[in-house]
Amino acid sequence: MDWLTQVRWSPYAVGIGVGVLSWLTWLISRSPIGCSTSFARTAGMLERLVRGPQVEGKLYYREVKPVVDWQWMLVLGMIVGAALSALISGDFRWQWIPSTWASSFGTAALPRLLVGLVGGIFLGFGSRWADGCTSGHGISGTMQLAVSSWISAICFFIGGIAMAWLLFGVIGGQA
Amino acid sequence: MKTARSQLLWGLLFGIVFGFLLQRGGVTKYDVIIGQLLLTDFTVLKIMLSAVVTGMIGIHFMQGRGWIKLKPKAGSWGMNAVGGILFGFGFALLGYCPGTIAGAMGDGNLDALIGGLPGILIGSALLAAAYPRLKGGILQAGDFGDLTLPRALKVGEWSVIWPLSVIIIVALYLIERAGL
Repeated sequence: MDWLTQVRWSPYAVGIGVGVLSWLTWLISRSPIGCSTSFARTAGMLERLVRGPQVEGKLYYREVKPVVDWQWMLVLGMIVGAALSALISGDFRWQWIPSTWASSFGTAALPRLLVGLVGGIFLGFGSRWADGCTSGHGISGTMQLAVSSWISAICFFIGGIAMAWLLFGVIGGQA
Repeated sequence: MKTARSQLLWGLLFGIVFGFLLQRGGVTKYDVIIGQLLLTDFTVLKIMLSAVVTGMIGIHFMQGRGWIKLKPKAGSWGMNAVGGILFGFGFALLGYCPGTIAGAMGDGNLDALIGGLPGILIGSALLAAAYPRLKGGILQAGDFGDLTLPRALKVGEWSVIWPLSVIIIVALYLIERAGL
């Protein structure tokens, strides 16, 4: 049972595991693994809380209803699953500043949180613009051989590699 | 559209397994994801590509037997290329994606919880606000519907699946051999 407490598993074992999991989500739930729609639904729920039920009349929320559905529970489960994994292996720790960030930009929390906030805004906006994220397009869509998903997944990495280079190479002076 | 309670439980269960796997794979870590985008650590691609090969063969087999019906997403260049690049900028600035941020919150990353999560919610709400203007415009530009690679190439699906699997496995082999 050593594998259960190992901090890291082979990326191939993890990848094959995710692939097999995708068979089961299709077979049992008729749904592909995805994540980003749930954040849009949550945003809609919060908007409704603040601005009232008229939010449900917005064009976007008529198409993506602000409700808890299968995928929303999946994302909730992911928080639990990752916490379980980290607690079992002893990898869990509260952390403000990741070490790659600290080595370029120091250990102050505020810059990291602000850049993270801006990054999150781009992620939320971009994933809903593209109608999917690294899971929905990058894994579930590419395996269905969808042209939309292959274009999206490739562009995720083009944008990501360019911005990482700008951030760490140019601004951070690491390249 | 009310989801049956049993399906909500299945969603939760599948999510627990997915989050567990991602955490063990290391991709709930900022350093690993940024390492991928800086091209120094290929863990993210190794996981994604081995999931795609495994999943692709299985789900097309199941569809061939009539057990499931796949639903490839419709798209357009304006939707997927532009949205994809915007997403990529966020991917690098935050260092997590919408799935791995859930895992990152689970293994204790406060930059995910305090910085990234409100950001994603704000970004999603902004897109929802802009949606009526985008929908008939750029999101339709270069529309190709729910096209799949086999239909684009006018071949059977297995004529794409097998060669693509070989290409991915060779690519992974080369990445390993390069010590990445």
